[in-house]
Amino acid sequence: MTAQAERAARAPRLRRFEMAPIKGVWRHELALYKRYWKSQSFASIVEPTFFLLAFGYGFGSMVAAIGDYRYLDFVATGVVGTAALFTSIFPGMFNSYIRRVFQHTYSGMLAAPVDVHELVTAEALWIAAKSAVYSCSPLVVALCFGLDPSFGMLLVPVVAFFTALGFGLFGMWTSAVVPSINSFDYVITGVVTPLFLIAGTFFPIGTLPGWVGFAAHLNPLYHCVELVRHAVFGLRPPADLGHLGALVLFAALMWIIAVRGMRRRLID
Amino acid sequence: MTVQRSDPEGGDGRPPARVQTRVAAAGDGGAAPAAVSLRGVVKRFGDFTAVDGLDLDVPSGVCLGLLGPNGAGKSTTMKLLTAQAVPTEGTIHVLGFPVPRESKRARAAMGVVPQQDNLDEELTARENLEVFAHLYRVPRGKRRQAVDDALALAHLTERQLTKVDDLSGGMRRRLLIARGLVHRPALVLLDEPTVGLDPQVRAELWGLIDGLRAAGTTVLMSTHYIEEAERLADECALMSHGRVIARGTPASLVAEHAGELVVEHYGPPERLSDVERLARGAGLPTRRTGPSVSVLRAETIPPSLDEALGPDGVRRASSLEDVFVVLTGERVE
Ligand SMILES: Nc1ncnc2c1ncn2[C@@H]1O[C@H](COP(=O)(O)OP(=O)(O)O)[C@@H](O)[C@H]1O
Ligand SMILES: [Mg+2]
Repeated sequence: MTAQAERAARAPRLRRFEMAPIKGVWRHELALYKRYWKSQSFASIVEPTFFLLAFGYGFGSMVAAIGDYRYLDFVATGVVGTAALFTSIFPGMFNSYIRRVFQHTYSGMLAAPVDVHELVTAEALWIAAKSAVYSCSPLVVALCFGLDPSFGMLLVPVVAFFTALGFGLFGMWTSAVVPSINSFDYVITGVVTPLFLIAGTFFPIGTLPGWVGFAAHLNPLYHCVELVRHAVFGLRPPADLGHLGALVLFAALMWIIAVRGMRRRLID
Repeated sequence: MTVQRSDPEGGDGRPPARVQTRVAAAGDGGAAPAAVSLRGVVKRFGDFTAVDGLDLDVPSGVCLGLLGPNGAGKSTTMKLLTAQAVPTEGTIHVLGFPVPRESKRARAAMGVVPQQDNLDEELTARENLEVFAHLYRVPRGKRRQAVDDALALAHLTERQLTKVDDLSGGMRRRLLIARGLVHRPALVLLDEPTVGLDPQVRAELWGLIDGLRAAGTTVLMSTHYIEEAERLADECALMSHGRVIARGTPASLVAEHAGELVVEHYGPPERLSDVERLARGAGLPTRRTGPSVSVLRAETIPPSLDEALGPDGVRRASSLEDVFVVLTGERVE
């Protein structure tokens, strides 16, 4: 046997999914994060806090309670959801687009032993992990304003993680289908804003006209917000399993289309 | 400069296999296993055929220059080898692995230096290498050393903490090359490694590439600079419109297709037309180069024609560029 054939035979058979490429992509993210953590953290923590204070105190002065919830607590748990949405969908859209189109980072990585599905998975997991942490900031603020601590709160990062995984992947998919970076305006106005508004974040979806209320059930953010509220104020096991299932299903579907979209753009 | 390669069988005192195959390849050609092999490869983008029935072997241990003008299909060929493009037809093997099916294993053992700089500008030189040391699966205990070695190879040890954005064009190119070598691959693909750089920087990079070659790494280097191919390549494959139209050592290609000598005649357009007519009448190939006409195979000019052409011709040795023009009618720089 020739030296090359020997080497080929001995080279480890690489599995379809491996940790090495995922860690490599995370190493890249970590290096960037070390440089930009201050600005990223500022935006990710302060923005939901503003929402919380503005709505909590602004509306809170007119609306004392919604159902069994103090309005501030209702909004605090809702803002966890919006934080999970914003801290995942925007990096998914913009970072993926910029790295693919302007910086060619992804084509560099794909020349190494990294496949598109590993790249997409690694990026999405990174986004989701960061988002899971940042999404807790509204709760911390609310705790300072009198929200009662509970053990269920420890589940909030888990809920935020799955939510952010789905939305991060959705953002990556849109980055692969938009013709130019300007097209994100349509996505933001046409998709992100309605998602954000009809999810029971600032007001219960029961107040919406029937069909909008129905549509809200298709909004993953609604399931996130419900889960967060239940985690904080008391779980309702059967319903909550359904909400969690919806988030996991959403993430799985988004993974499939994100990988497909990115593959179409990155492999000629 | 020495470059060591990843060599799973290394360390047992045997000479590296590729050094032997390099000699074998140079000796009788064809006996050595090919590090890269393409058979009947076609790549279409819609109606446009970028690679058109390409057959190409790169023997282990050889530096092969893929020479062709812009648009010949060189970068597309490189992308086919990394499975960043999927062939429409044909079969590809890289380091013994069928591509794209097992391209991940092939990519683990090769290094790629793309035509387009895709370093991360926001990161330091060192961080860029660290990311790729991870992606290339350099074991944890060897990563720091691998990155240090790559930095030394690129002469960037002093600038390792500089952001890529603040490096000069030449430094960036060196870093890009070092990034493709951080895992000491057995095969390196260099796509136009010096394109757009000034001559001094280019010469510096040639030193780096020559070091690789000397260490026995298999290199497939595309270029549209004749001089680069002549300087660095053991063998050249001339590529035009997605096919290899000639293959051999630079000297043998020149001897076969352009002869030994070229005579260049300068003058007004009528004079140039005369020279062309006379030379072609005698069966000698000619080419226009701006204000002159070159008559190829000038060593075979019979005395009568020599007289008719006049004494004002400037003699020079034939070059690969002449070969290219003769074979394709196209120009490369
Ligand atoms: N993704 C693509 N879609 C359409 N045409 C392409 C694509 N990539 C390359 N081409 C075309 O294929 C031809 C060969 O390109 P390329 O391989 O980059 O040439 P070279 O590297 O030799 O300059 C060019 O005409 C180019 O426009
Ligand atoms: Mg090219």
